[in-house]
Amino acid sequence: MTNCEIKKQTPERPIYMDYQATTPLDPRVFEVMKPYFLEKFGNPHSRSHQFGWEAEDAVETAREHVAALINADPKEIIFTSGATESNNMAIKGLAGFYGDKKKHIITVQTEHKCVLDACRHMEMEGFEVTYLPVEKDGKLNLEVLKAAIRPDTLVVSVMGVNNEIGTIQDLAAIGKITREHGVFFHSDLAQAFGKIPVDVEAMNIDVASISGHKIYGPKGIGAIYVRRRPRVRLEALFNGGGQERGFRSGTLPTPLVAGLGEAARIAKIEMADEFKRLKKLHDKLYNALVKGIPDVFVNGSKDGFPGNINLSFAYIEGESMLMAIRGLAVSSGSACTSASLEPSYVLHALGVGEELAHTSIRFGIGRFTTEEEVDRAIEIVKNNVEKLRAMSPLWDMAQDGIDITKIEWAAH
Amino acid sequence: MAYSEKVIDHYENPRNVGRMDESDSHIGTGLVGAPACGDVMKLQIRVSDDGIIEDAKFKTFGCGSAIASSSLATEWIKGKTLDEANQIKNTEIAQELSLPPVKIHCSMLAEDAIKSAIADYKKKNDK
Repeated sequence: MTNCEIKKQTPERPIYMDYQATTPLDPRVFEVMKPYFLEKFGNPHSRSHQFGWEAEDAVETAREHVAALINADPKEIIFTSGATESNNMAIKGLAGFYGDKKKHIITVQTEHKCVLDACRHMEMEGFEVTYLPVEKDGKLNLEVLKAAIRPDTLVVSVMGVNNEIGTIQDLAAIGKITREHGVFFHSDLAQAFGKIPVDVEAMNIDVASISGHKIYGPKGIGAIYVRRRPRVRLEALFNGGGQERGFRSGTLPTPLVAGLGEAARIAKIEMADEFKRLKKLHDKLYNALVKGIPDVFVNGSKDGFPGNINLSFAYIEGESMLMAIRGLAVSSGSACTSASLEPSYVLHALGVGEELAHTSIRFGIGRFTTEEEVDRAIEIVKNNVEKLRAMSPLWDMAQDGIDITKIEWAAH
Repeated sequence: MAYSEKVIDHYENPRNVGRMDESDSHIGTGLVGAPACGDVMKLQIRVSDDGIIEDAKFKTFGCGSAIASSSLATEWIKGKTLDEANQIKNTEIAQELSLPPVKIHCSMLAEDAIKSAIADYKKKNDK
């Protein structure tokens, strides 16, 4: 489809409600980044001239801001290309260094693909991985975690906030358990950093992954927190000039690093107020869509991160819903919208039945979402739910009192 | 994944959405697919005494392409004989809607829905 054709369909741009996928750059972050593209373009590792020094200053300032947000020491922050790289570094790096004696990894079925895939890779390298189940609301049961730990467990990897359903894990409680058992604790903080309070000391976190473009920073930059006291060692993913204390070779992209730093600085100041504001908008959506429309179910927990609301609209398939509400930019756990035609594994882990998984829509709101946009979204959703249900044979059957789960379908 | 204009048109301007009385002997009802697969099509035909499809209605639980495929199917079979309707190929539906490869199965289900409705009518009328 040409751009003209796409523009014709959506004459105004859709309302953005996919904040878990990515966030727009905060204009304040953009201002901080700008000088490092055209004027202060030096390589931050150039030790011998002003171009290098001023770039280095920007990097170190950013490092302090990132560290401050999670109560870490700046020396414990390593810049990477993003949370995917950081997650790979964490799993493979720990396994590489300590893997002789410790050959067991514990993670959760609802982790991000990169964590699960890195773990699967380690299985091919001779490690054993336990993928823990979660409760219906997405939370990890701490007794189940305790029971899974073995003498040869290397690391427990649990994300702070789930990207699909917004469930917040009890990181402090998990950290207490891992510390007691002498096991490393890694947390993918991509959706948690700058959104909920995280304290690596209080929570006994040893390694953590951070993403820039989830907190109104630029894409292409992230960080990994690596504890120094007691010292955690990671095998580097690739070789080179030994930058970032030998953890991550490569020239740092100064403007991106500066951007991540500024995004972190802003997040620290605005996090509490933003959470409150998002909670109000979340509750408005919840009341209108969950309470206000019949047969709409929440996937995840009611006390999850308010910027994320994942709903299943029974009797309506997700992709048709996405097409119908294309005035809203949202995403779906429906099979049709994933390349593999398989519904979301996160919803599957929650025990959400396949039919309801096919009907799920994730609404992601954030810093720049206005109340008007939420009102408009509610209107769009309500109208189209009505229209799609009028077209749905399953809705008819439900209205007729037929139990859909009891029918023998002639599947193809 | 931008949406094809033809597919959107079938949703924005629905034609033949509805239901007919399943118990009526002139009505054939086809129900294909499964909710677990994300695709369920119900296609109904009203057949005249001389074997012409007078009217057709559909309801679909499925993606935009599935809705459009079943909608188009009801448009095409109206006015045809049962034998003619049975000849409709999914490839024709897919081509008309410009369905991408990943959505071809939607057109296959629509073809199945037509056949299923015709088979149901024939069974009811022992033809």
